[in-house]
Amino acid sequence: MSHAAAPPRPPPPPAEEHPTATGIDNRKLAIWALIGSECLFFASLISTYLVYKGKSLIGPLPHTESQCMLHGKLQTCEGVFEIPLVTFGTAVLLFSSFFVVLALYGAQRGNRKMLIGWLAGTVLSGMFFVGMQVYEFTHFYHKGMGYGTNLFSSTFFTLTGFHGSHVTVGVIWLATLLVLAVRGKIPAEKALNLELAALYWHFVDVVWIVIFPTVYLLR
Amino acid sequence: MDAHTASHAGREPAHPTPGLYLKVAVVLFILTAFEVLTFEAGRGGLGPALRPLFEPIVVLVLVVFSGAKFVLVAMFYMHLKQDPRLLANLFAFPLVIAAVIIAALIVLFRYWRMVGAL
Repeated sequence: MSHAAAPPRPPPPPAEEHPTATGIDNRKLAIWALIGSECLFFASLISTYLVYKGKSLIGPLPHTESQCMLHGKLQTCEGVFEIPLVTFGTAVLLFSSFFVVLALYGAQRGNRKMLIGWLAGTVLSGMFFVGMQVYEFTHFYHKGMGYGTNLFSSTFFTLTGFHGSHVTVGVIWLATLLVLAVRGKIPAEKALNLELAALYWHFVDVVWIVIFPTVYLLR
Repeated sequence: MDAHTASHAGREPAHPTPGLYLKVAVVLFILTAFEVLTFEAGRGGLGPALRPLFEPIVVLVLVVFSGAKFVLVAMFYMHLKQDPRLLANLFAFPLVIAAVIIAALIVLFRYWRMVGAL
């Protein structure tokens, strides 16, 4: 018995058109689930920093003078934090959140110029923040504060280092989207790709909103 | 059409305008400036006369201002004000657990120090 040739299958619809039980795109739900799990991750790091705050036996310390080992000799060290620099970095990170919502606004309306301009601003702001952190860590190292120097340095570098690595991942993600946008591969119907990255970026921002006063301003 | 209805219809509700985004950015900047000024006043950096006034309230001001900034970014930039409530719940539930973890660990370590276990 012969069978008639099966008709060709229609191409699958774009991912954006998949219906879901919640009415929310699965990728958006997934990024929010990731953000929820990241809240717990940073909560454990912040609580570790707080429970060991003020328990270091040797300097350098964040705000006050202390005795510390520098070049093999016990010396008096100043507080290591440079609040003006970190405040400026915080402001830049806050404004980068503003830049990325404008980029998303442009992407959703098919305004390529707006998308590329504000997205480039976001990437540059993120790069500035990472650069600020690299400078700060190097500066601390030259002041005799290595990772294992005292409880403050270990908890500080772990908390802010993990945040910095998240910012770095965000910068790479947004820079990739910027390249795609320049090539014209983020039309309005694919704006969700940018929205997912923007949500991650805002999360990195809100984590810093908590870390900045907790670590730098609480004495 | 509210956010819940919009989500069931499979459509995203409208997000805010650039004007509102700018207003939020300005408020965030001002709150950060106040945080730093309060810190400086509390440690005597803005003159010794202000120190006794600000020193006792530094922690309270920092908690309130950073909480306000957190809520502003989540509501307006992360669009939780407009997006379906399920997403807000997906964020809020771990946040509550995170706050409980931080509070519990601080209390636990204080207790251990008090009884001399640390």
